[in-house]
Amino acid sequence: MFLDAGKYIFYFLVFPGFIFTLAVGLISVWIDRKVTARVQWRVGPPPGQPLYDILKLLGKETIVPKNSNKTLFLSAPLVGLGSVTIVSVILWLASVYKISFVGDLFVVVYLLMLPSLSLMIGGMASGNPMAATGANREMKLILAYELPFLLCLAIVIIKSGISINMVDLAGNHVMGSISGVLAFLISLLCIQAKLGFTPFDIAEAETEIMEGPYIEYSGVPLALFKITQAMLLFTLPVYLISVFLGGLNFRGLGILWTVLKYVAILVVIIVIKNTNPRLRIDQALKFFWRFLTPAGIVALVLAIIGHISGIDWL
Amino acid sequence: MKKRTIIPIGPYHPLQEEAEFFQLYVEGEKVVDMDVRISYNHRGIEGISETMHFDQVTFLVERICGICSASHPLAYIQAVEDLAGVEVPERALYLRTIINELERIHSHVLWAGLAGHFIGYNTVWMWAWRYREPVLDLLEEISGSRINYANAKIGGCRRDIPNELMPHIQKVMDELIPPMDMITKAVLDDPVIHARLKGVGVLTKEDALRYCVTGPTARASGVPIDVRRDDPYAAYDRVEWKVITRNEGDVFAKAVVRLLEIFESIKIIKECAEKIPDGPIEAEVREIPPGEAVGHVEAPRGETFHYVRSDGGNRPVRHKVRSPSYVNVPSFRASCIGQSISDVSITLASVDPCYSCTERIAVVDSDTGERVYTARDLIKLSQDKTKRLMEERGRQTNE
Repeated sequence: MFLDAGKYIFYFLVFPGFIFTLAVGLISVWIDRKVTARVQWRVGPPPGQPLYDILKLLGKETIVPKNSNKTLFLSAPLVGLGSVTIVSVILWLASVYKISFVGDLFVVVYLLMLPSLSLMIGGMASGNPMAATGANREMKLILAYELPFLLCLAIVIIKSGISINMVDLAGNHVMGSISGVLAFLISLLCIQAKLGFTPFDIAEAETEIMEGPYIEYSGVPLALFKITQAMLLFTLPVYLISVFLGGLNFRGLGILWTVLKYVAILVVIIVIKNTNPRLRIDQALKFFWRFLTPAGIVALVLAIIGHISGIDWL
Repeated sequence: MKKRTIIPIGPYHPLQEEAEFFQLYVEGEKVVDMDVRISYNHRGIEGISETMHFDQVTFLVERICGICSASHPLAYIQAVEDLAGVEVPERALYLRTIINELERIHSHVLWAGLAGHFIGYNTVWMWAWRYREPVLDLLEEISGSRINYANAKIGGCRRDIPNELMPHIQKVMDELIPPMDMITKAVLDDPVIHARLKGVGVLTKEDALRYCVTGPTARASGVPIDVRRDDPYAAYDRVEWKVITRNEGDVFAKAVVRLLEIFESIKIIKECAEKIPDGPIEAEVREIPPGEAVGHVEAPRGETFHYVRSDGGNRPVRHKVRSPSYVNVPSFRASCIGQSISDVSITLASVDPCYSCTERIAVVDSDTGERVYTARDLIKLSQDKTKRLMEERGRQTNE
């Protein structure tokens, strides 16, 4: 019993939880910054830069605004950090060790929404009008992308024979069908929004509302937000791989294949980020509701028809 | 009743490099009213100008703005030349045209990059600024400095551009066309940029006339004014070019006008470099008689206007400057109210408000607290770079 508890604490804190996710996340942030820099004819930072940034922030003074709700303001970053760590553990255990529980897929989807919620809570609690505007935008953005995101998940569930276990999803062949490919592309764009990357960095919008919800954060809480962002940059592509691309595999050449899948998704995200201007919030809403949601519904219908009539490629 | 929140843009804000304070009264995302406060950075140029003699003022007004640093001196010089009745040699007029147009190119490219940054398109920002570098290098080769060229003087120009350099100018201009084409196409063809800029911050022709806006801001609203054509100075009446106008008045139109003007400027420079006559570059100016005169120049942002009054002494007794941003900025009342916050930020930036900041640096060793570079070292550093550039061209530096 105690051994088990120890094992899970290790899972949570070291591998594949906090420390491991953070390490890979920071490398991903570096890849992001380096690729972005190269696309923009800049040199880019050295590999250690994301780590140095966070260490520096951890050593800085934490300033709490006078008219903020202190408890909420300071606990918001922890909510996001906790949830992303748990997601990472669940995804990894299901995908690599085949440890799973019924309905963990829904837990993952819920937990993936929490970092955005924590950002909203933090922004609202800080009492700054810019942060409130940013939180407001984040809320609209969540409303916009969650529906197509869940529709895509429904397609995957159908494709893997109506199962809500992460383990069953890991070995599926979603990408062998029209609806699967559609669902993957839609999910990719939703993930762009979840990460808060251009064209969906509307909630932060540096040149409009000066980083929105983050504006009053400093020192350790800000570092926690940055850590959460870095970990999300690892977790969300891993989610895509687990759900759509056959999961993680670390046997033999599988390592290479897994890393390749991860880096490919990362680079696609970075390229989208660097080849688009920021959308306005109403345009983002329109984009998700008028284009991606109907596309998701069409894909879902295709998937259902395929499932009933046994046509795999639909 | 809906609750109004105040969103401040400024005095320090990533949108602006200089202190200006816009207060946005918003309901949700919609801006229902706006206020502006300027004059955070008042430097008393007009007052200082009255304490300096006529030749020194040229270098003072150059420092009004780092980006319009050829337009302001030229407007002032033209006023004084008008006062003194000086006939400026032909070659000097062409030299002035070349430098002023190079300035317009680098200013417009700078704006295109900044506009990209303001709508979150950092790739456009970096690429635009990358292609601005050859223009700045060319200016450095011609005048010895990237920003403050100090080339025009009362009666002519201080430095000649040697005829050997003309083919090089042609080459740099030719090489600039493909990247500018690329950036223009990237802006004109990108559906997301269309969605973001079209129909945003519309300044109608009536409003443009009512607010007396100038420059690209006016030309994008269908008001075809351009000092270069309406009251030709330098060599603008001796070369072929056309005034770019658009009728839409939105931010997209302003971007298009600026981008197409870059091509007109390239055309002007190429033609000037080809047609430039030989001859002296300055006329002798003995004294400035009493009287008053005005000079105006089409700066990259619009018409810059200088009024000079002399009492026959060696310094202006009154010098009044009206810079283009001063008339362009207030047009936000017509173009911004009713828009969303995102649109307001780009609309405010679309008039290319002239931030007359000049940054200074001090490099300090953090262990010893000693200055690594003193002002003298930095000047040396920059002179060395100019020298290197010129040596690459095989030219002698005139030290």
